[in-house]
Amino acid sequence: MTFRKYLVLAGIIVFSTAGDSLLARGMKDLGNVSLHHLPSLLLSVLHPTVTVGILLLLAYLACYTSALSWADLTYVLPTTALGYVFVALIGRFSFHEVISPARWLGIALIAAGVGLVAAGPSLTPRRETGHAHSHDISSDATSPEVEP
Amino acid sequence: MKEIYSWAAIGANVLASSIANVLLSYAMKRVGDVGELWKRRGVLAVIGRMLATPTFVLGVLGMAVAFYSLLFGLSWGNLSLIVPASASLTFVANALAARIFLHERVGRRRWIAALLVAAGVALMAA
Repeated sequence: MTFRKYLVLAGIIVFSTAGDSLLARGMKDLGNVSLHHLPSLLLSVLHPTVTVGILLLLAYLACYTSALSWADLTYVLPTTALGYVFVALIGRFSFHEVISPARWLGIALIAAGVGLVAAGPSLTPRRETGHAHSHDISSDATSPEVEP
Repeated sequence: MKEIYSWAAIGANVLASSIANVLLSYAMKRVGDVGELWKRRGVLAVIGRMLATPTFVLGVLGMAVAFYSLLFGLSWGNLSLIVPASASLTFVANALAARIFLHERVGRRRWIAALLVAAGVALMAA
């Protein structure tokens, strides 16, 4: 793992968290969408807050697909959960929100889970699955990226 | 009614995002290391190669379905239920899907991590 790769993982966390928050705020402004008015769901992307949220989620998608090009899905995905931890900690230290014991436990579990994954290799060798798509994947899997 | 809509949205989100993640991960492994490709051939080559990979396009479509089911859910339920519930279930569903369809070696370390993260995310909503 190089510094650049950690930056990409950080980008996933920051962009997805900010994007989700803006999206949620925008959708609250718009109110309930009923099944009979699904087209209004498509139009909701025109709401400014929702639009910025979507742009941030596109940045997230770029970082995410980039990470998937050099790491396992089961490595990249748990890492993204750190976003919840950061949101809670920002709320605690910037806005002096109270974090309940259950949420502190949640923070600890997420941090432990991400730590477990991050301590291991980012790309594991594939089980042999025939030669249909083996040449790209196996050349990646045998690249000399091993844990220290 | 509100609960049914919320949980239907959560179910649709978990299903769509698991399928999308598997497709995207498969596609990006075929494209190869994006950073290396960018350095050698430039960003246009990267984008071209991604768009020329059918599973990538399908994966993005799946992401869009997941995204809209989340939007739908958010318009009905609380952010504090919809996002953590779908995220929490997604971590477990994805570990399963990655093992079955991508043949990733989900060892004990990654299973425990997936469960810890899923439990943690669920607790954050409590």
